[in-house]
This record gives sequence, C-alpha cells and structure tokens, in this order.
Amino acid sequence: MGRLENFDNWNKEAEILIKKYPDKKASLLPILHLSQKYWGHINDEVIKAISEKLKLSPSYVYGVASFYTMYHFERKGRIQIRVCTNLSCQMKGAEEILKKLEEKLGVKEGQTTDDGKFSIEKVECLGACDMAPVVMVNDDYIGPVDMEWVEKILES
Amino acid sequence: MEPILTKYVNDPNSNKLEGYLKNWGFSGLKKAINMKPEEIIEEVKASGLRGRGGAGFPTGLKWSFVPKDYLGPKYIVINADEGEPGTFKDKVIIEKEPFMLLEGIAIAALAIGAEDAFIYIRGEFVKGSKILEEAIKEAEKEGYLGKNYLGSGKNLFVRITRGAGAYICGEETGLIESLEGKRGHPRLRPPFPATKGFLGRPTVVNNVETLSCLPHILTNGAEWFSKIGRNQKNSGTKLFPISGDVKKPGVYEAPLGIPLRELIEKYAGGFDCRPKAIIPGGVSAPVLSENEFDIPMDFDSLLQAKSMLGSGAIIVLNEKRCLFKSALRIVSFFAEESCGQCSPCREGTRWLELILERIFEGKGRKEDLDLIKDICSGMIGTTICVLSDGCAMSLLSFVEKFEEEFLSHIGDKKCLAS
Repeated sequence: MGRLENFDNWNKEAEILIKKYPDKKASLLPILHLSQKYWGHINDEVIKAISEKLKLSPSYVYGVASFYTMYHFERKGRIQIRVCTNLSCQMKGAEEILKKLEEKLGVKEGQTTDDGKFSIEKVECLGACDMAPVVMVNDDYIGPVDMEWVEKILES
Repeated sequence: MEPILTKYVNDPNSNKLEGYLKNWGFSGLKKAINMKPEEIIEEVKASGLRGRGGAGFPTGLKWSFVPKDYLGPKYIVINADEGEPGTFKDKVIIEKEPFMLLEGIAIAALAIGAEDAFIYIRGEFVKGSKILEEAIKEAEKEGYLGKNYLGSGKNLFVRITRGAGAYICGEETGLIESLEGKRGHPRLRPPFPATKGFLGRPTVVNNVETLSCLPHILTNGAEWFSKIGRNQKNSGTKLFPISGDVKKPGVYEAPLGIPLRELIEKYAGGFDCRPKAIIPGGVSAPVLSENEFDIPMDFDSLLQAKSMLGSGAIIVLNEKRCLFKSALRIVSFFAEESCGQCSPCREGTRWLELILERIFEGKGRKEDLDLIKDICSGMIGTTICVLSDGCAMSLLSFVEKFEEEFLSHIGDKKCLAS
C-alpha cells in the first residue's frame, strides 16, 4: 500500500462505513463509492485495498464493481456528462444532444477527451423525465437541455 | 381533491424537521407507538394500501408474513431505487418530505418489530441522499429516531446505501443482494424476503411512496384512506409522474381510479398534439391505444386491460412518434439492464434488440413478426424475476396494437410516422 494517496483518511472513512452495517460485506458498495471519490476510478490497486479491508478476494470485489455502471475502471474527465437517452428523453431530442457532444468533443460516448477535461456517457433513465432531455454534469441534474446548452458547457 | 403526500411540497421548509413538525407533527407515529404491532398491521390492511413501487401487493398482508416468533433482528428495507423509465416520483418525497418517509419507516418498523432500517437509494440521487442523511441526523438528535425515540422504549436506526446504476436492483431481491454487497442478481423465491431477506433474516421491502402513506393512514384512520380512490382494493391517492407529449410534465397526485385522459387534461396541462399511445406504468407496462385512454388509473382496472399500474409513470406518445422506434428503445433498455442470470432474458432481450435494429435499418424479413412473437413467448414466466416478462409483454403490446407500423418498417422499409 502507501502508493494510494490519502490512504489513511480513506481507511478511517471506510472503517466508519463498515461499522454502520451488521455485516462487513454490506459496506462494499458504499466503500466503492468512497474509493471512487478518493481516487477517481477503481483500478487494481484500489481493488486490492478494498479486498484487504473487507477480507474479500480481489476477484470478488472486481466482480461486484463491474456489475454496476457507476463504478469505472478508467479515469474519467473532470467534467462528466451523462446523457439520458431513454424513451422520454429520446422523444425530446437526447440523441441529437449526444451526437452534438460527440462531434464537438471529438470523442465517442464512454470516452474522455485527451486533455482529461470531459467525459461523455450515454445512460439509461436518470429518473427526471419531467426535465427531458436531461443530463447529469457530475452530481447535478440539468434539463431540459438544448444545443445552446451544449455550446455553453463546452466553453466552461 | 386536495393532495395528501404532496400537500406541502411547495413549502420551502417542508424538508426541515421544524417545517415537518408544523405541517404534520409525527402524529401517525405517536399513535402507532401506543398500538400493538397486530393492530398496526390490521389498520394498514383495512386501509387497502397496496405497494406503490410496481407490483401493487397489499402492504399489510406483506408485513403479516414476517414471523412473529422470530427472535433475531428483523429489517425494514426501503426501496428508493426508482429506476423504471418514466418514473420520478419518489424523488419528490425524498427531497421535499424526507421526514414523512422516516415517519413511515418508523411505523412499518413498529409493525414488524424491526430496529434497523436500510434505505437503498439510486446512485444518481446524490442530492436526495444528502437530504435524507441530514434528516436522519436531525430526527435522531431531536429524539424522533434512534435510541428510545419519542420515549417509546424502542430503537430505530436508519442507514442509507447508495446504489450504483443497475435497474435490476429495484427488484426487491436484487436490491437485497446489492445491499449485502453483491451483484444485484434477483433471488429465486420461495423463500420470500419476509422470512429470509437481508442477511437471511426476516425483511420487509417497501417503496418510498408506500411508506409515506402510513403517517396519514395512522393519523386519519383506515376508513378515511379506504374511501379515497376507486374502491377498497384501489384506495388512496397515487403520485403520477407524467412525461412525454404533454404540455406540463411533472409529478401529480390524484386519487387512484382517475380516468387517464382526465389526469392528463386536468393535471398535466393536456396533451401536446393528438396522442397515439400511452404507457401507463413505466416502460414495463404494456402500452395503451386510443380506445383505452379513458381507463381508470388503478391497479385492477389496468390489470383487466392486460397492462399494469406499475410505478404509475405515464409516458404519452403523440401521433408524430414512430412507435416502432419507441418499442426498439424500450427493448434496448431491457437488453442493457438484464442481469444475465437467466438465459431466456439474457438471450431473449439481446436477440429482440438485434432483430428490431435490423428491421430499423431496412433489412426486415416477412417472417420477423412471427419470430418476435415466438421469442417473446419464451420469455414470459420462464425466469427468476419479471424483467424478462416486462420486456416481452411491452413489446408484444406494441406489436399487437400498432402492427401496421411494424409491418411498414418490415415490408415497405418505411416509417409511417415520418
């Protein structure tokens, strides 16, 4: 260990999460979220740290983490844009929004720009269909968005 | 009628303890504390309350399956995963009335004898989980939760687990698996969660909106609640999240049984252009066509029409929409979200998507409709959970009710909508 930045703080926070649950393993999802907050993504080292903390095998931790779309194994951009393309958003032009983002940034959905600034991701229903077409920028919901919004966010 | 759950959502203090005390006062919980568990269960049974998450199972009955003589810990698990496309109602309660939810949780906990509750909230609801976290802290500090809350001699500890982007974790046993720190693979039943749930212990999983009805039922009585809505089995109000081609998309509270057209016209600002199809309960619910738009929006009326109320999420599609494309989008969703455990679902959803995509690209074959129907028939009633059934029944409803749009894409390689 030790190569992970702020490991001691992470360790303390992980300890608190573990104590919240009647079973150690039940803290796995919260600890994966915590780790992603600390280190931006879940790489081999992070998996090793979690597996040692929870006494689970690295393959088990990877197996669980890879089931969920919100955990990622590559570094994402500082500005993560998630575009909902499910039915209500599709009807209101989500596909055009996504296409425009892809064109403007020169990357495909699921990818990150070379400068590490933007990631775009096509996602399923975000549960905010009254805001269709809705996107998430990091943890915030924004909608309805239009082409003008796309121009603006890229300039930010 | 006056809304119940959403009565104070425009009050800026609705999500603060102070505001909640002024508006509602924890009166339901105070009443429940002085009742025996069986009395609470009987009261909720008599109210006719049914689950607002999707299945519509009677809430009191679900509680009554928890073994009374079990000596170890029992759990309340709150389904706040809200992932059914078109659904955005629980978010309103979470963000605007978190204490109503907490009061409901406490009442349910008294009914089954639980001291621990776990809220499983969808990962994207970061704001909502922070609001809930604050609300729990405040309630504990002021003695409405925690050790010996309200002098009841009982304890209740509520924790939050954030999901991480898997639709299947909204299915109650998939949710329990996820809560245990596993992949969200639904469990084979029996045993049901009421006897063997979280960590193998008796567990009740209830939806956010369901629990939020409890304070009102306890305060005003089962009879009051049972008289709202269409009848005893379809009682109370419902939160309807409405999106798509309507003038004012949003969440609207109305009595169960309100005719669909009236709901759109009176609450959602009316239709945006002439409606062609309406999904009445999230994308798993079979679609309705024009002759069904006056259907009463309640559990049994929709079942009778071979659809379902589901989460109550309504998506309106107007006459300009290509329903073939909409059906394809829905199938793609299920293909993406299938957990992969059962072959009929894993293979069926994927093949349906591939076939529909091929047709959409203008490479339809005349035998395709029969092929689709055949695949669908193998996906119904053959899997551990109902994701597979939801996909097949939704697609079949589109094929059956809007066959001409499918035939046009297959035969003439043309879209009737454009």
